[in-house]
Amino acid sequence: MSKVLIVADVFEGELQGSTARAVTCAQDLSPDSVDVLVLSASGSAAEAAAKIEGVTKVLSVERAENEHPLAATFAPQVVAAAKQNDYTHVLGPNTTFGKDLMPRVAALLGVGMITDIMAVNGPHEFERPIYAGNAVVTVEAPGDQVLVASVRCASFDAAADGGSAEVEALSLDAELPSHTRFVSADTGGSSDRPDLASAGKVISGGRGVGSKENFDIIFSLADKMGAAVGASRAAVDSGFVPNDMQVGQTGKIIAPELYMCFGISGAIQHLAGIKDAGTIIAINKDEEAPIFEVADYGLVGDLFKVIPELEEALG
Amino acid sequence: MKVMVSVKRVVDYNVRIQVKGDGSGVNLDGVKMSMNPFDEIAMEQAVQMKDAGTAEEVIAVTIGPAKAEEQLRSALAFGADRAIHVKTDEEIQPLTAARILAKLFEKEQPKVLLTGKQAIDDDANQTGQMTAALLDLPQATFASAIEFDGDKAKVTREVDSGLETIEVDLPAVITTDLRLNEPRYLKLPDIMKAKKKPIDAMSVEDLGIEEAVKLNVTKTAPPPEREPGVMVEDVNELVSKMKDKGLV
Ligand SMILES: Cc1cc2nc3c(=O)[nH]c(=O)nc-3n(C[C@H](O)[C@H](O)[C@H](O)COP(=O)(O)OP(=O)(O)OC[C@H]3O[C@@H](n4cnc5c(N)ncnc54)[C@H](O)[C@@H]3O)c2cc1C
Repeated sequence: MSKVLIVADVFEGELQGSTARAVTCAQDLSPDSVDVLVLSASGSAAEAAAKIEGVTKVLSVERAENEHPLAATFAPQVVAAAKQNDYTHVLGPNTTFGKDLMPRVAALLGVGMITDIMAVNGPHEFERPIYAGNAVVTVEAPGDQVLVASVRCASFDAAADGGSAEVEALSLDAELPSHTRFVSADTGGSSDRPDLASAGKVISGGRGVGSKENFDIIFSLADKMGAAVGASRAAVDSGFVPNDMQVGQTGKIIAPELYMCFGISGAIQHLAGIKDAGTIIAINKDEEAPIFEVADYGLVGDLFKVIPELEEALG
Repeated sequence: MKVMVSVKRVVDYNVRIQVKGDGSGVNLDGVKMSMNPFDEIAMEQAVQMKDAGTAEEVIAVTIGPAKAEEQLRSALAFGADRAIHVKTDEEIQPLTAARILAKLFEKEQPKVLLTGKQAIDDDANQTGQMTAALLDLPQATFASAIEFDGDKAKVTREVDSGLETIEVDLPAVITTDLRLNEPRYLKLPDIMKAKKKPIDAMSVEDLGIEEAVKLNVTKTAPPPEREPGVMVEDVNELVSKMKDKGLV
């Protein structure tokens, strides 16, 4: 019997898409129930979670301390909620939110944790990547302990909307620390572009793009194609684009239908982020670039010539 | 202040690992081993604090086999004053590692524990957070900038939405991300000096901690292979392939 609790990823009052992906992962456990815990200061995140198909119940904890997702503040609440209802599984998304929070939850519960579930083989057997995705291990967790894990969002489609779960206001007996305080957030201004983590098409650029100014041609092509924009670590380190655009082992792991990259060599750490992409297209001026070993379609050429030609051909 | 840094011996980031044919693990015979790159960033941070006069003492810690002394010697060459080697030939999972680090933290009473945000072998991304939880301390993960101010630290974190800055009371656990700094190249004189610095060796049993129940790895497999791709001649051919697949 599996009773699953999913910790919702809420940012600035809004439910993030990763939550619905964790719900899909939870369904693979053949659960008796899938509850979603929403910790927030106020807002509509709990109602949004109630609409996800397959959710049994939403537990909503509204308190001022929950305005920003600080792991030190959230973890005692997740632990209290997990104990209160004897959940067998506590899952979070493997976004920076879940990566920060879930190990803290596991340690407080005194159990090990499975990071980055990519497949569910049974209620206590999972597959996860190691070595930047260059190997996949099957892991068995003890059946007599609560299981804490994070879900690799790229491996699970988002559960559809259409549910109408009950929202229960939960009051928890949890003492919250004051030693960790939110100061500020810098989201680099809002953009109308699709979200990199969930976009169907992603266009990305690497060191070969050369400069922040040159990156405009990547943005322009992406806008033309309705794609999100990503980057390699080298492009981020060089200051061409902000850190939240990094794709790879230590950036975002994505699974778009189309991944098209320009001026990226294809280091294993970068490839770790795009292994699940549908079609990979690489444009690089060096025919020996390792990216061509994984690309479905490769084109040797100068990106500054190729992009204008592409824009023209795409009309 | 006193700073503790925990470092891990892992397969060098440039190595393309091979999965063993019988599915029992990854082939580590004769493979180049190094300090986890994120831990190098943590070491660099600690040593910069020493250079700036913020830190008086830097202690490097590792949990691992006898050979992990190489990584401790690197940490000492970076500029750590002394090192602690918790020796074990067993695979230590994050919760047990956290219990060991928490015990050492209680013994040494540093103001800050620095460690990499993840080790590039198991990619677990857990140990720092778990150690903070066990000690009931603040955690600041994925740090790309750290500013100390008396008994507090302001830490800028790399998160999915961009950057987030938080303030933590010290002592605290901070895990380091790629853009915090660029680790220095170790120079021969520093490597020579490191040979004379003290390493305190002990076993897991010496610390009297309870090992966590293990997650059991039953199989290791190569990742699913992608179909081999093709090279196209020009943009027109590329666009027609994309159209065939319904991608544009
Ligand atoms: C611990 C660790 C974690 C890491 N995590 C990540 C990660 O998450 N994501 C990540 O991406 N990297 C990561 N890296 C870095 C990774 O190893 C590579 O250094 C990085 O991916 C290289 O980026 P790049 O391909 O843009 O640059 P380069 O390797 O320098 O490649 C640039 C490419 O551009 C091509 N080029 C140049 N000019 C043109 C032109 N005009 N037209 C067409 N092509 C051109 C060149 O031929 C070259 O192939 C990590 C490294 C470490 C050590």
